[in-house]
Amino acid sequence: MNLFKPALILSFAFLAVFGEATLSAPHSLLGAQVDLLPALMVYAALNADIVTLSLLAVLGGMWFDSLSANPLGVTILPLMVAGFPIYLRRDLILRDTPFAQFMLGAAASALVPALTVLLLLNGGKEPLLGWGSLWQWLVMTAGGAAATPIIFSLAEWFGHALGYKLRTEASFREDREIHRGKKAK
Amino acid sequence: MFKQKNYLALGAVVFVAVVLLSLPTRATSRLKLAVGSWFLPLFGVANAGQQLPADLADSVLPRRELLKQIDSLRRENQQLKEQQIQTTAVARENDQLRNLLGWQKQAPWKLKLANVVMRDPANWWRTIQIDLGSRDGIQTNQPVLTDAGLVGRVSTVSYVSAQVVLIGDPDCRVSALVENSTHDMGILSASGPLDNSLVQMNYLSSSANLKPGQNVLTSGFGGVFPKGIPIGKIVSAQTIEYGLATEASVKLDANLGALEQVWVLFK
Repeated sequence: MNLFKPALILSFAFLAVFGEATLSAPHSLLGAQVDLLPALMVYAALNADIVTLSLLAVLGGMWFDSLSANPLGVTILPLMVAGFPIYLRRDLILRDTPFAQFMLGAAASALVPALTVLLLLNGGKEPLLGWGSLWQWLVMTAGGAAATPIIFSLAEWFGHALGYKLRTEASFREDREIHRGKKAK
Repeated sequence: MFKQKNYLALGAVVFVAVVLLSLPTRATSRLKLAVGSWFLPLFGVANAGQQLPADLADSVLPRRELLKQIDSLRRENQQLKEQQIQTTAVARENDQLRNLLGWQKQAPWKLKLANVVMRDPANWWRTIQIDLGSRDGIQTNQPVLTDAGLVGRVSTVSYVSAQVVLIGDPDCRVSALVENSTHDMGILSASGPLDNSLVQMNYLSSSANLKPGQNVLTSGFGGVFPKGIPIGKIVSAQTIEYGLATEASVKLDANLGALEQVWVLFK
């Protein structure tokens, strides 16, 4: 079993959560922090197996919640809700076109924070909400949408650089060689 | 069969999420600290990376500039020593007067410096993580401040780090008083998700005499924050609920968006 792709996706999720917690520039410039986990869920749903997708939802959600004031586990379900339908329909999606990646990234990045806030409100928590939250939601959607094609390109580059190469059959076979003319003695 | 495997995975994820969300608070917070500790090596690397440019800049600073800085620091040190002598005399006099009146002595504040290592990645909370934990004697609900003013309070503590909930988060309400003739009191609570320099002051009486620029300090009520820590200044005030109460906007003295080092107050 090739564990390169799951390891790559989970490592990227780990670094993405760390980056979101340490880089304050997006928050001070745009008023909101962009979440890369939904974009990564889109990539995993289109390119990885169901086990990797589930692991990403569970571990990514737990990592995010552990560094945040969210209750532990609240981000897992929204991530899975964003990734699972894409996984089920992935044969019908033009996964290699940047526009499809962009739109799916936008949808996932809009859905995950909205569902997380709904779960928090349902659990009796009081997240910081107001009219400004709409702006933050737009920034998260646009940021996640823009990040999705970049994640696809990065993963493809890493795959080429570090992953196994596909074994290709040589077209030349000695036993099928057709000799024309007289055999040289 | 293929579809069944997918739905089994979905069921497993839902099960894990439900179990985590229904764990008792104590178990959840322990698990959260354990999962959060995975990031500690990365925080160490990031801190070293941040320190490196400063160290490089120090190493290439000209000698003349360094001597200038030393001279300026010596002068500042001298001034501070003089101020400290005056403050000690005033504190002694204050203690004597308190003794005469039979009031309890005021314990001096003990502060510990902490580095801010991380901010909340979620946009709907205002928290930070600092690099002091239970091994440094940090406990929950200790006030956190900068030299400008109050920042928040410690909410959860692990062995090597602690989470600080900042003013303006719905989880950090502060009893405050306005430095005016009537000493109007209210509660500071969240204002909006975008501007973290403004907070709302609620539960002020309808007769509150508020003017822009008046200082807001901690009132000492509530048992978390000691009295007299500067918080901010009144920006505007308006009567609400048909004139029955007043609400004010307060601009915080501390810049919550650019916190790098904070002080944890030990009572």
